[in-house]
Amino acid sequence: MAVAVENGRRMFDYWLTVYKRTWQGTMISSFLLPMLYLAAMGIGLGSFVDNNGTGALGGVSYLQFIAPGLLASTALQIAVGEATYPVLSGLKWQKFYYSMIATPLRPADVVYGQLAFIAFRVFTSCAVFLVIITLFGGLKSPFGALGLLVALLVGMATAAPIAAFATTLENDSGFAMVFRFGVVPAFLFSGAFFPVSQLPDWIEWLAYVSPLWHAVDLARNLSLGTVKPWLALLNIGYLLAWFLAGTWLAVRGFTKRLIK
Amino acid sequence: MTTIAARVVPVPVRLGGGRHLVERNFLLYRRSWVVFISGFFEPVFYLLSIGVGVAHLVGAFTLSDGTKIAYAAFVAPAMLASSAMNGAIFDSTYNIFFRMKYAKLYDSILATPLRPWDVATGEVTWALLRGAIYSAMFIVVMLIMGLVSSWWALVALPAAVLIGFAFAGAGMALTTFMRSWQDFEFVQLTIMPMFLFSATFYPVETYPGAIRWLVEITPLYQGVVLERAFSTGNVSWFLLIHAFYLAAMGTFGMYVASRRLGKLLLK
Repeated sequence: MAVAVENGRRMFDYWLTVYKRTWQGTMISSFLLPMLYLAAMGIGLGSFVDNNGTGALGGVSYLQFIAPGLLASTALQIAVGEATYPVLSGLKWQKFYYSMIATPLRPADVVYGQLAFIAFRVFTSCAVFLVIITLFGGLKSPFGALGLLVALLVGMATAAPIAAFATTLENDSGFAMVFRFGVVPAFLFSGAFFPVSQLPDWIEWLAYVSPLWHAVDLARNLSLGTVKPWLALLNIGYLLAWFLAGTWLAVRGFTKRLIK
Repeated sequence: MTTIAARVVPVPVRLGGGRHLVERNFLLYRRSWVVFISGFFEPVFYLLSIGVGVAHLVGAFTLSDGTKIAYAAFVAPAMLASSAMNGAIFDSTYNIFFRMKYAKLYDSILATPLRPWDVATGEVTWALLRGAIYSAMFIVVMLIMGLVSSWWALVALPAAVLIGFAFAGAGMALTTFMRSWQDFEFVQLTIMPMFLFSATFYPVETYPGAIRWLVEITPLYQGVVLERAFSTGNVSWFLLIHAFYLAAMGTFGMYVASRRLGKLLLK
């Protein structure tokens, strides 16, 4: 255990050094795009939704309704982005993972370090976004700030299995499918923009399977002060299950791919 | 058989040598048709989510001229215009940058009798053919969902190709100035705000003075106006100005692109 922590720390240190040189490139996708969505949907479209009467949303403004959803969606997008191309690059194009396991690091340490760095990216980006949301008046109660932890959890719950998936690929065309049939529909149909109860029944069930719905629901309930303890525990448990199973699969995938 | 089909696709005489490049791309994409087909789903997902899901929250829309319109019917033509833009930009920036810098495709092509102008016209024609297929499929979805209220919708497809032409030309010209993948963040930086703010999700009248003026000069806004007019049948001569804007943007972009390609690759 102590070895795993120490080795994972060294791996994390590596990623942090890389990020110190490349962070500018992530500014637009991490902060600007979610902020633009918040402005276009929350404020622009929101004025029409609010004029139409807020009964469907339980009396909150549209901005307050979507803000926690956008926070969780942003976490998902950053996590998936960091678990796709960078991972395949380490395995296939730049092959830096091979150099890493030539040291005392084991494939599992490589996975833990990679996931720790993704957690860092999700946490820092979402923290800044949370500040922006607060300035726009998107949080209804201070407990909404706990949405940051929910965002971190959904980020890890999706990054781990996607990193595992990346180890099975030979080229990046699989990622196009992940984004088009995973990330985009999850973003659009996980209740971030409208309650999933409006969806046809069979799609509504798909939404409940998606980890993002659990994060959106929990983050929103925290912000609106409508938390139901048993449902919150279910949300957290479901996300944790994705994270743990994903990590296990990722360790297995890395080991198989790096040590043939 | 498919090779023959690619040779038979009618291309204007001026496009001449470009058709060889179209054929090359066609043969290439035959192997990854799943990626090709999947490009159609994104705008449909957006239409279903915003146009159907959020529509429940918005209710009906009253436009500036007093006509009432279902929210889905308001958003759908904007999604059509946006997806024409996105497809053209993707094809003419990422794909062309890769072919130019990494695959060195154009170096090989220019060693044949083909000229930079043929490369520019060929790539743009390919982007337009591909875009036309997506747009046609999207218009069929609009028809099925009952979001089309006029026969003018028949012109919506050529209009989508025109939007594609404007962005493919401009995108290709810009790509010749790109230094590395990092520069593509600037593409995102112009595309995303246009997608979100060009009267796509709510009317342009929502914006106060100067901002409204800023929105109205964006190329995507020109496309959204065209498509919305054709899908609702609210057509006037003013649309020619928007069409002319897009045609000029595409032509100028192609001219710059072929000049720059010649400069970059024929040194």
